[in-house]
Amino acid sequence: MSEDQNRFIADHVIGLPRSGIRDFFELVAAMKDVISLGIGEPDFTTPWHIREAAIYALEKGRTHYTSNLGLIELRREIANYVGRNFGLEYNPHNEVLVTVGVSEAMDIALRAVLNPGDKVLYQDPCFVSYHPTVMLAHGVGIAIKTEAASGFTLKAEEVKRSWEPGCKVLMINLPCNPTGGVAERKELEEIAKFAVEKDMLVISDEIYAEMTYEGEHVSIGIFPGMRERTIFLHGFSKGWAMTGWRLGYACAPAPLTEAMMKVHQYSMMCASIVAQDAGVEALRNGDEAVKKMRQAYQRRRDLVVRRFNEIGLTCHKPNATFYAFPNITSTGLDSKTFAKRLLEEERVAMVPGTAFGQYGEGFVRCSFATGYDQIVEACNRIERFVNNCK
Amino acid sequence: MNKVLKLLSEGERLNERQMAEILGMSVEEIEAQLKALKDAGILLGWIPVFNPDKDDSLAVRAAIEVKITPERDGGFNRLAQRISRFDEVESCYLMSGGYDLHVVVKGSSLHKVASFVSERLSTIEGVLSTATHFMLRAYKEQGYLIEQPAEDKARLDVTP
Repeated sequence: MSEDQNRFIADHVIGLPRSGIRDFFELVAAMKDVISLGIGEPDFTTPWHIREAAIYALEKGRTHYTSNLGLIELRREIANYVGRNFGLEYNPHNEVLVTVGVSEAMDIALRAVLNPGDKVLYQDPCFVSYHPTVMLAHGVGIAIKTEAASGFTLKAEEVKRSWEPGCKVLMINLPCNPTGGVAERKELEEIAKFAVEKDMLVISDEIYAEMTYEGEHVSIGIFPGMRERTIFLHGFSKGWAMTGWRLGYACAPAPLTEAMMKVHQYSMMCASIVAQDAGVEALRNGDEAVKKMRQAYQRRRDLVVRRFNEIGLTCHKPNATFYAFPNITSTGLDSKTFAKRLLEEERVAMVPGTAFGQYGEGFVRCSFATGYDQIVEACNRIERFVNNCK
Repeated sequence: MNKVLKLLSEGERLNERQMAEILGMSVEEIEAQLKALKDAGILLGWIPVFNPDKDDSLAVRAAIEVKITPERDGGFNRLAQRISRFDEVESCYLMSGGYDLHVVVKGSSLHKVASFVSERLSTIEGVLSTATHFMLRAYKEQGYLIEQPAEDKARLDVTP
């Protein structure tokens, strides 16, 4: 009987919410001919030269474990890339750890630093796994509100307002999934000062950095006093269209890297060597492919944002990521009802904003990582749906 | 590179209105730029890319190595242009190396291509020799890969 078996399950796992995306996925899977704008991954296949590197690895019989930290060739390339593009210097020998995607990097970072009951500040709306990952590490999550009025930028004032005694970690995702929000340099500098003042560790997930269309991408780790208190997370899924390879990394001062490595060593052990070889090729020769994909996303973003605003769903222009986060309150529907009815009546899938946190109500996430023609058609259907709601 | 040309070369199928939206220009400006590209001889035309193996009317193609005698004033140009004018000739390039012109010829049957080569091409004054290579199968056409095994739905409908 299920009741009997539940007694074996840990309290903090029973308390975990199911991902709102998962629920919605099941609804969509039951339908046919859906245009999905609910896909959080590039519609491009990994560039061929990267796939080719993986085939070559297999041909050479590279089928074994690697060091727990990852292949040294890859760690060197990562250190070079992060130095070149983010202005952060790390020693590839003891400050770079290759992980199974950024999700794992996030998990081991939190597990390595949190004691039960430690508090973690995180922006909201945010990627679905942030709060649950904090809970799994026996931490207590505290949401920092970001707002549409400011394009969902992370504001220092809001970080300060949300802080309370016992906050050990500030977790940020800039550019942000699902809002496309970023933070201005001066805000980030102010947040950095506050992190130093309150002696917080900052876990900075910058997986969407390559999809920055306007302005500069600034990493919080570059500000005074931040290098020693920042864990920088990045990976290959988005920029290089490598979601299925599950390849990410964490860069941090040696003691933090060592702590994360211990957790990684006893769980994942190491990332797949084939994926790591592909990662080396991606960083060595992938810049042009990344640029081309970014140009395609930017084009679609301009279309989607313009169309949403024409339709009457107010939508800020995301400076980065491949997500738009339009406000759907003009329809009089809540975000779950909007997404469900849009799916049923017009066969267009978008994810309700509430899947990404309490402050996501009133919004839906639209991924524009899909073909231009498909987006044109989806927008026409959304327009018809919104007009019917009036 | 010209913005319109760059967008075209990326290969997405777009009409003038969509191009205008993407580039933040008016439809009239796009039309004017396309016309300018055509007038300048940069944009030659629009053709769809077919899989030659799937269409019997394009069933036979051959790549022909042609050696010709260069002429005092025009070099290879006059003969190359003359050969290019045949409807059977799909493309024609001046080459470096072992022969002078690389001519791609298409025809509805092997016999028709062979006749063209032996009766029309080889007999032109100044053509010294031809070597005909019939194309047996296409694996990539104008940048498009052919016969990639169709994947079952590659992406989930909704993902994080």
